[in-house]
Amino acid sequence: MSTTTTFVGMPASAPPAHPAFPQAAREAVRDARLRGTLRHATHTIRAKRAAAVAEVSDWAALREAGRQIKDHTLRHLDRYLVQVEQAVTAAGGTVHWAADAAEANRIVTDLVKATGESEVVKVKSMTTQEIGLNEALEAAGIRAYETDLAELIVQLAHDRPSHILVPAIHRNRGEIRDIFRSEMGEWGRPAPEGLTDEPAELAEAARLHLREKFLRARVGISGANFMVAETGTLVVVESEGNGRMCLTLPETLISVVGIEKVVPTWRDLEVFLQTLPRSSTAERMNPYTSLWTGTTNSATADGPREFHLVLLDNGRTDALADTVGRQALRCIRCSACLNVCPVYERAGGHAYGSVYPGPIGAILSPQLRGTASGIDASLPYASSLCGACYEVCPVAIDIPEVLVHLRERVVQGGEAVRQGNRVVLRPARGHAAERAAMRAARWALTRPGVLRAGQRLAARSRRFAPRTLPGPGRAWTDSRDLPPLPAEPFRDWWQRTRGGKDTAR
Amino acid sequence: MNSRERILGRVRRALADVPHDDTPYERAVDRGYLRAHGERSAEETVELLAENLADYRAVVHRCAADGLPSLIARLLARRGTRSVLVPPGLDADWLSATGAARVPDRAESTPHELDRVDSVVTGCAVAIAETGTIVLDGSPDQGRRRITLVPDHHVCVVRVPDQVVASVPLALERLDPARPLTWISGPSATSDIELDRVEGVHGPRTLEVVLVTGRADAGAAGRKDTGTAERPDGGRRAGG
Repeated sequence: MSTTTTFVGMPASAPPAHPAFPQAAREAVRDARLRGTLRHATHTIRAKRAAAVAEVSDWAALREAGRQIKDHTLRHLDRYLVQVEQAVTAAGGTVHWAADAAEANRIVTDLVKATGESEVVKVKSMTTQEIGLNEALEAAGIRAYETDLAELIVQLAHDRPSHILVPAIHRNRGEIRDIFRSEMGEWGRPAPEGLTDEPAELAEAARLHLREKFLRARVGISGANFMVAETGTLVVVESEGNGRMCLTLPETLISVVGIEKVVPTWRDLEVFLQTLPRSSTAERMNPYTSLWTGTTNSATADGPREFHLVLLDNGRTDALADTVGRQALRCIRCSACLNVCPVYERAGGHAYGSVYPGPIGAILSPQLRGTASGIDASLPYASSLCGACYEVCPVAIDIPEVLVHLRERVVQGGEAVRQGNRVVLRPARGHAAERAAMRAARWALTRPGVLRAGQRLAARSRRFAPRTLPGPGRAWTDSRDLPPLPAEPFRDWWQRTRGGKDTAR
Repeated sequence: MNSRERILGRVRRALADVPHDDTPYERAVDRGYLRAHGERSAEETVELLAENLADYRAVVHRCAADGLPSLIARLLARRGTRSVLVPPGLDADWLSATGAARVPDRAESTPHELDRVDSVVTGCAVAIAETGTIVLDGSPDQGRRRITLVPDHHVCVVRVPDQVVASVPLALERLDPARPLTWISGPSATSDIELDRVEGVHGPRTLEVVLVTGRADAGAAGRKDTGTAERPDGGRRAGG
């Protein structure tokens, strides 16, 4: 993949300088090794997930309850945000509000500086990737160590994440061994001598490398999978134990959490702690889940003495203002939609130009960042609309519906909300042919005589029908076959055979 | 205007289309899902717990209360444990047969000191059969979260059937959100290399769970619902 393109962990206000999806995907699709790695990984998890879901007979009811809980929360989001703020504060935490990435980065940087520390350990968090926190900390002279295995691989390789759950999914075991061998020494304890590409050995190498960092860490930074409004409890779901290390050993803990992650009650966790692990890693339960409420008192002294919660908007309220698109905010980041997507499997995550790749990224990024840039305007088209993503989604986000809705917005423009302000978007450039084709179709389809004449003409001259369209239509047929023309239009056939009753042709 | 007011204002404007709705939350969500999957006796629920723990590579042992001290001593000896972390409220009996040096769970201990301890022995708050999960809540027989994290060998004692529930919903009912909670399902693992599961990363790489029977005083979580289904679905087994 190209390493020269600018990455997208940046404020919503700065449109990403990333090539549009078709250009970005073209390179990935030609990379045979990447295709093999992605195919292997996505197919492995697909079958396992199906089995984990089939184990629970009430999956459909859990999915529906999850959808309703999230929808209810979003419809009363102001109330639940205030409630979670009160509960966290009452439990000894401090709550900060960040309207955009720059503000969140400033808050976190200041908090770290106030501790006097120059390094932090991080639990994997897509939210901090989204706002480019590591880069902001580095600019302030603070080193952030990623501790999730896949995030570590990405960080060591100076690479970009390509999957929500497994950011290094584009790397196979051989590449991971090479990265560990060449890079670990730069960051701390080098890889063991004679390291092979055996996954257990690679995991052991990561354990040894990160151990010293965990044991000396004074500041931890995390996201959260859920926060409970009624109790102020935060939940982090993980596998390796790096999360537990970052959440319990440091003296100061800073959690950066998107405002859509709130759920109303403690009881709501009974739904998501069943659907998330099965959908995500295809496990009955992930190895470790940590739940904490503020800070513990000095008698117990269990875990960080200082806890900060940074509530992040960064485009989420803009998405909330879109009556069709707001359902994307139900997402619990399980990544099941990536793993079943035929487009993701072939194009890989980098082509989406965002920390949120795959089907959910294709509807989330253009809503969080707007559709002004080339990449964001192209993302709603990065789909064949097959609907597999909707089928597996544990909170029933109708991704195809939102994709079509966003396509309409790109082509026709119209009202939208950007950074809290209502704006009127102009139709995007480069879609003139699409608009002309749609106008022509509307004209022909409302005039039966014209349609009939056109169809007959096409059927009779079908020997001369081109395989690709000329002019601006070529963009469409570059990656698609034109449908074959029938020898006889359907309506002529219907009339001639009286709807198939006369079987003779 | 500060960011708090800005964000809350944006939320309210974004929801201008949403009709006012006073339905209390208890009635706003259709919770037609099961409280537990399948109907089981208390013994069968314990059996399912053992199966699912083992499926995710926890080592499962069973014994009666009077055999617990010698079993724990054997587990520590087999591992070559010289020092063992001890939560403040751990039943003194449990470690009466081991010669390993006891290291108390103290606030002053540094992570580096904990890293030099071989093993830790704890009780638990509740165990979930369908998912093979044990839950720690920092009670005196479990100690601070970090003592079950830094040592590489965790022996966790579950009093069966009292501490076992069938499902996640039944477990949440028993837990106190104000306590720091750690849910553990097998030893630490990762799926980060080619989406395939490998055990053994940062948390304890060996998790041994002892299911102990025959104790009248059920300890911290003393309720007696042992997790039979409220809405049976034909005895179909979940989580296995």
